[in-house]
Amino acid sequence: MSDNKSKGRDRTNVPVEAGGALHDESHAEVLRELVAHLRQNRTQLREVWASRIMSARFLTAMTNEEIMAEASSVYDNYLGALETGSIEALEAYARDLSERIIPRGVETHEVVGIVLLLRDVLARSLFSKYGQNQQVLTRVLDAYEPAANRIATTVAVGFVQERERIIRQQQEAIRELSTPVLAVRERLLILPIIGILDPQRARQLTEQLLRGIRINRARVVVMDLTGVPAVDAAVANHLVQTVEAARLVGADVIVTGLAPELAQTLVTIGVDLGKMATVGDLQGGIEEAEKLLGYKVVLVPREERAE
Amino acid sequence: MSNKADPSRDETEAARPVEGKKTIPIRTVADIVTARQGGRELALQSGFSETESTLIATIISELARNIVLYAQSGEIILEKTGPNDNHRGVIIISRDHGPGIPDVQRALVGGYSTSGGLGLGLCGVRRMVDEFYIDTGTEKGTTVTAKKWLQ
Amino acid sequence: MEVPILKQRNYLIASVQAVLTDQDLVNLRDRLVAQVGRFRSVGVILDVTGLDVMDSFSVRTLRDMAHMIRLRGADTVIVGIQPEVAFSMVQLGLSLEGVPTALDLEEGLAYLDARPKRSVARKLNEQ
Repeated sequence: MSDNKSKGRDRTNVPVEAGGALHDESHAEVLRELVAHLRQNRTQLREVWASRIMSARFLTAMTNEEIMAEASSVYDNYLGALETGSIEALEAYARDLSERIIPRGVETHEVVGIVLLLRDVLARSLFSKYGQNQQVLTRVLDAYEPAANRIATTVAVGFVQERERIIRQQQEAIRELSTPVLAVRERLLILPIIGILDPQRARQLTEQLLRGIRINRARVVVMDLTGVPAVDAAVANHLVQTVEAARLVGADVIVTGLAPELAQTLVTIGVDLGKMATVGDLQGGIEEAEKLLGYKVVLVPREERAE
Repeated sequence: MSNKADPSRDETEAARPVEGKKTIPIRTVADIVTARQGGRELALQSGFSETESTLIATIISELARNIVLYAQSGEIILEKTGPNDNHRGVIIISRDHGPGIPDVQRALVGGYSTSGGLGLGLCGVRRMVDEFYIDTGTEKGTTVTAKKWLQ
Repeated sequence: MEVPILKQRNYLIASVQAVLTDQDLVNLRDRLVAQVGRFRSVGVILDVTGLDVMDSFSVRTLRDMAHMIRLRGADTVIVGIQPEVAFSMVQLGLSLEGVPTALDLEEGLAYLDARPKRSVARKLNEQ
């Protein structure tokens, strides 16, 4: 590999290659040497790091053995990222690690803290090895610093994203519990909607209903709005969309318990109530649904029926 | 060396996408499929649900088709927001050098029928995204920017 | 990518397994319409489970298709629209109004079977 490529290239502008490389070629060699040194002193440096973690009172939710175990794999992955320059493997590891430690109650500042501590422990080790020669030290830090900072950011961001994903999941689960879809008999679903509907809950409702239609092979859905006091135009629109979406998936929707105010809102936003199947109350809706289902079953010609 | 773009350098630039950014050239109807599948992938990677990702893919399909129908060629650029952006989500840019949209206001309000006509789908697209910009003219073609954030 | 069209009794069944380009969809429409005429089918089931996205073009094409098939005296039912796709369609204001839908192939057949049988005389009168 000739050195011509790096001539005239601005060394402070670290290009990012496809796949997310951390370094350009002039740094690669330096980093390889550093990694070799850091690997050689693995045991000792890892212990220094672990003890600094404990005195900083990070990871108090974990036992010392657990900390040592995680420290080992973080250390190795850290060196791996330094050496190969690949962000992808590190991102995957960060997500995996986060998935494990978040349920243990580990917080963001702890994760950021321990990664920065590792960066510092390794930096000091590099200082003591290369500190005698100013020029060499500068070269070493030129290679090490951007890479180490990139690693710290990747791990921290990965952790935060994983936390947010888990929180969103939990919120979804909570919302699901509050809008049950009931399968009453074959092909018939009842969806009682209770309480105030905000756009997010309305969207959740639609997704749940559509899933429910598929799972239960429903042909008719009775959507009961008795428990819905009032809705604004946006949510009313969403209810209409839910009815349409259900039809597209393959089920007809009968709307029951439509209060006059709600009906007015629907008309105001341009809904043709003539096209929407509405029945006064839930009971009436279920009867209507059963009639619909009766008609949809294959008709038996009169002659064949036992008289 | 001269100021003219060095072809080999251009190739390396194009082959080296900035992380989280994809540029898809749009010329044929097959490219519409490529663009929307790429969009769905990016959306899922960014943390959007299956449902939201399908919505994003559909939006991209509409934008890409507008390029094919009215500008013959252009590109769709898909981007993940970076750590410096205020929101997390995706940015979709549809760019062409076509004749531009004559009456943008009408297109956005849905004045054009959905069964054909210019500005098809733009009204629907605008409603479904968090930020929507359109820049169009006979000389500069049309650039639509649509941004959707994770809730 | 050519979608296979199967003949079952006097129905035609087409199942979209993979993603279709605009051209593929138009070809499918034309082939189905032609075959309805050739086989004198009375019903068509189009299974779109494999479609990743239904945008304004697909919706328009399918509506046209159902209309053209009806002109040849047959009914169309579209099955297998995925929840995410249905959701996106209604959000963007795309409607398959006037075109019957059902959950899947089985429900589609049940739907076609359950329609009141038309007499030839009635058919002629409708035209």
